[in-house]
Amino acid sequence: MKGLQAPAALDGLQKGALGAGVAGLLLCALGFFTNAEQLYRSWLFGFLFWTGIAIGCLSITLIHNLTGGLWGLVIRRLLEAGARTLPWMAVLFLPVAFGLPHIYPWARADVVAADALVRMKTAYLNAPFFLARAVFYFGVWFLLSHMQSRWSDELDRGVNYLKTSRRLRGLGGAGLLLMGLTITFSAVDWAMSINPHWFSTVYGVLFMVGQALSAMAFIIVCVARFGGEDPLSRVLRKEQVHDLGKLMLAFVMLWAYISFTQFLIIWAGNLPEEIPFYIQRLQGGWQYLALGLVLFHFALPFAVLLSRDLKRNARTLAMVAALVLAIRVVDLYWLIAPDLAGHHGAGAPGLHPHWMDLAALLAVGGVWLTLFVRELRGRPLLPVGEPEIKELLEARAS
Amino acid sequence: MRRRGTGTPDIHGVMAEFNTPHDVVEAAHRVHAQGYRKVDAYSPYPIEELSHALGFHHSPLPLLVLLGGIFGLVAVYGLQYWSAVIEYPMNIGGRPLHSWPAFVVPTFDGTILFASLTAVLGVLALNGLPEPYHPVFNVPTFALASRDKFFLCIEARDPKFDRDKTRDLLRALPGVVDVVEVEH
Repeated sequence: MKGLQAPAALDGLQKGALGAGVAGLLLCALGFFTNAEQLYRSWLFGFLFWTGIAIGCLSITLIHNLTGGLWGLVIRRLLEAGARTLPWMAVLFLPVAFGLPHIYPWARADVVAADALVRMKTAYLNAPFFLARAVFYFGVWFLLSHMQSRWSDELDRGVNYLKTSRRLRGLGGAGLLLMGLTITFSAVDWAMSINPHWFSTVYGVLFMVGQALSAMAFIIVCVARFGGEDPLSRVLRKEQVHDLGKLMLAFVMLWAYISFTQFLIIWAGNLPEEIPFYIQRLQGGWQYLALGLVLFHFALPFAVLLSRDLKRNARTLAMVAALVLAIRVVDLYWLIAPDLAGHHGAGAPGLHPHWMDLAALLAVGGVWLTLFVRELRGRPLLPVGEPEIKELLEARAS
Repeated sequence: MRRRGTGTPDIHGVMAEFNTPHDVVEAAHRVHAQGYRKVDAYSPYPIEELSHALGFHHSPLPLLVLLGGIFGLVAVYGLQYWSAVIEYPMNIGGRPLHSWPAFVVPTFDGTILFASLTAVLGVLALNGLPEPYHPVFNVPTFALASRDKFFLCIEARDPKFDRDKTRDLLRALPGVVDVVEVEH
């Protein structure tokens, strides 16, 4: 069907994103020659944030395969485009792979030699196994996003609807199982192991929910930006915007629930191997970020998202979504940066954001957005093979 | 027929019967556009557009639920504060008496409890339930409202209500199957 390509306004976005990406990469190159260690750490931060959105897109796509609903059909192509950036993110993972000793204490021979506890964990935390696992995660994500896109394409072309949609449902079920495992293990590998002493069993779920929230907020911003233009405007109704808003509210609440659960359990246990995580994050300036998270990652979005009228208006909803995206960056920073900054025995480091943190966020973000738009433009913006979408398009045409 | 006063039959309203949800929504739109406000519709299952068409935009229930939730929040947090800090100050694990993280979960539960109780009781109260008698059940076919028919009733207490004009209006609606008067 013609005329269902992504709107021309995406040209400008892609150019802007490419420019930002190139500028960020240049800054990172400069950072590499001045302070390579800091660059590796900042890069991990930027990488985790944007990869999180891509993973969240894939997870929501798979969830929608199981639940159905018009809200997910309207945004399916956005989600799939986000998920298809994941193989490229494997390339952006390379700096992390090369910088292992600069990021992770367990990858440094001197730390391992001096620390009996870390030595006990080297059977799992060692460079070859770490990299093999990363290859496995990216392999699973590539496979899932590839199969999703392929079968979704087949639906567009009208090849055997019943069989293909049943396949997509199966992919949703099996895929979510794999996502649960890969997200949990990748969160433990890439983020939790920055401090190899500390552990929390709810950490993986915290990442799952955070990634889904980031993805949902990103998609809402996209919908507000392009929802008024052809072809999205042909099928997008207030009801779908309302549904997206409800889902974002649910993810905000779930994030608060999981985060608080981790805090309450560790606070109540007050054990020496667990509690330093929060002691470190509630002093030296980090406590202001913590307070900011309580207010702007939960209280404010929760309170305003209760309003039905706000959720049904794409513009106001997108303002909340933009705030959520921004505070997601802060949450990730608060979660990993205190450990990134201080594993050399210097005691608890204060909050000293480095300019390279922003540069890496800009570089990875620019590249990611460029890839996202590229994937988005490759295919029709609406899954025209789905009966519900077909019906809406025909009702509109007649 | 029970009559009251000087020959004007005292009726509850006039009711139209429809076969499809589309027709009843369209009817509700038209009746609302004509200025009728004391209108109710009956359907075997919820139709989202219908309450919009009838002009039920803002019910006070969400606000009541919010107030109920806030009451639960304050009450349960207050109860914990009072018992742990004022009435029974005990040293537990060396923690401060006012250890707020421990209070959060019961406070959350209390908020949910009072909000949902307000929702349930509020729905009943605002709808005037339980209501052992309602005139619409005097219409013989009304039992089908819980099966496969859709009804729209303009009540006599509506200021615009006029027995003949309102009935003619309903009769002229598209898709109408039958129009009957609803007796008290």
